[in-house]
Amino acid sequence: MSANDNFDHKKYRQRRRANAVGLTLSMGAMVLGLAVLLWILGVLFSNGLAALDGNLFTQDTPAPGTEGGGLRNAIVGSLMMVGLTVLVSTPIGILAGVYLCEYGDRSKTAELTRFVTDIMLSAPSIVLGLFVYAVAVATMGNFSGLAGSLALALIAVPVVVRTTENMLRLVPGSLREAAFALGAPRWKVALMVTLRAAKSGVITGLLLAVARISGETAPLLFTALNNQFFSTDMTKPMANLPVVIFQFAMSPYDNWIRLAWAGALLITLAVLALNILARVFFREKVST
Amino acid sequence: MTATTAVDTQQRNALEVRDLNFFYGKFQGLKNVSMDIAEHKVTAFIGPSGCGKSTLLRTLNRMYSLYPGQRAEGQINFYGENILDARQDVNLLRARIGMVFQKPTPFPMSIYDNIAFGVKLYENLSRSEMDDRVEWALTKAALWNEVKDKLGQSGLSLSGGQQQRLCIARSVAVKPSVLLLDEPTSALDPISTGKVEELVHELKSDYTIAIVTHNMQQAARCSDFTAYMYLGELIEFGETEQIFFKPKKTETEDYITGRFG
Repeated sequence: MSANDNFDHKKYRQRRRANAVGLTLSMGAMVLGLAVLLWILGVLFSNGLAALDGNLFTQDTPAPGTEGGGLRNAIVGSLMMVGLTVLVSTPIGILAGVYLCEYGDRSKTAELTRFVTDIMLSAPSIVLGLFVYAVAVATMGNFSGLAGSLALALIAVPVVVRTTENMLRLVPGSLREAAFALGAPRWKVALMVTLRAAKSGVITGLLLAVARISGETAPLLFTALNNQFFSTDMTKPMANLPVVIFQFAMSPYDNWIRLAWAGALLITLAVLALNILARVFFREKVST
Repeated sequence: MTATTAVDTQQRNALEVRDLNFFYGKFQGLKNVSMDIAEHKVTAFIGPSGCGKSTLLRTLNRMYSLYPGQRAEGQINFYGENILDARQDVNLLRARIGMVFQKPTPFPMSIYDNIAFGVKLYENLSRSEMDDRVEWALTKAALWNEVKDKLGQSGLSLSGGQQQRLCIARSVAVKPSVLLLDEPTSALDPISTGKVEELVHELKSDYTIAIVTHNMQQAARCSDFTAYMYLGELIEFGETEQIFFKPKKTETEDYITGRFG
């Protein structure tokens, strides 16, 4: 450090201090967020694991005051409703996404569809449940698994539409032009080339939509309601995990509360698995 | 041969461009271009970036029609029919006038299906006929020996040069009359470039070829006719030898000798 050194040591020390402060703050925020997440998972696992046993998958939800019981009816009900939702919203969502990206690029219809989809994406799920209650449950006269699936589809479709559109937009225009240059009509270019190129991204979107709806409670409360008994009839009220958790967790019965924890753990594990699967799919896309 | 005009009298034209003006919205990309593209010859378009050579190429198969706001005025006669006519079926036209792009664009499917995709659009072939067609096209594109044992693999697994030859094979497979090549070698190494150039030479006995290139040596090596374009105008058009050795216009000479700009 000679006298004619141009380096401003004071400013340098100042910058190092500012850097240390910034780093500490952001690390703190990260630790805080992570801690809450771990806390949630910790509580969930400690309560849920204790409640896990073989009866969970073989017995149905118990009547008030009876011992034991399981979640078989709720698990099957949830799977059936989510399954139906996926069957219905996959083609609708993907085709709408294809329309938005490949056909109606700047048209008024596409703009409107995009706008409505964005509103649907942020609509509170209880509002969607209420809507289905008004148009389906009230007119059909009873709660049903079908109505529950419809409410879930209203949540899933916009997610699929937007991810499909976004993934298709990532496909380079040169690939489309190459297919057009062979004389392919637009629908073939869209379905056989562009959609195929975006396949893993679209599947990722689907999986994330399933993860999103599998824990939704509000739209099922007054559509599928709940059912204490095992039933695969989708025109009748249907048992499902979220609503069982909602009802059992607030009950005075110990076995009900244990089952609620077990259900919560099952949903969390399923969603976790879906997210991991989605990541694996997306990574495959990036590597090819 | 002492012909000094662009096209001698015996030569048939695959495409005749007449007073072509092209617009990207308000910007005029081509100004009054008229030229003939001779059948079973290689015609090269050269000129600095933005001169309109790719634009001209993309009017020849109506590629621009994909984009609203782009339009062409004038006439392009393809064996007598005006392809700029609004009634022209552009999909059919593109099956007859194929195009290969600057960057290799294999479809996300197997090598076999990459070739079969275009063929299936307009022909109904049996499995064995399709096998023959795929082999024929890949042989034409000098790729058969490299891929014959892995036709089921993804087209994306090939090297860049192989991918580009796959794209050429794909275009050849639908048996078009004209092949448009838009800087087909600019993304390739010298060895792959050499292979593609040899290919162009081979293909011209069956196809009419129009090639856009930034590489003047390439134009000189593999074309019969050369068009020099600048700022949307066709400055000079003639036999390649004449353009490179005795250009009539000083602009052409300046560009070719590198004294441009």
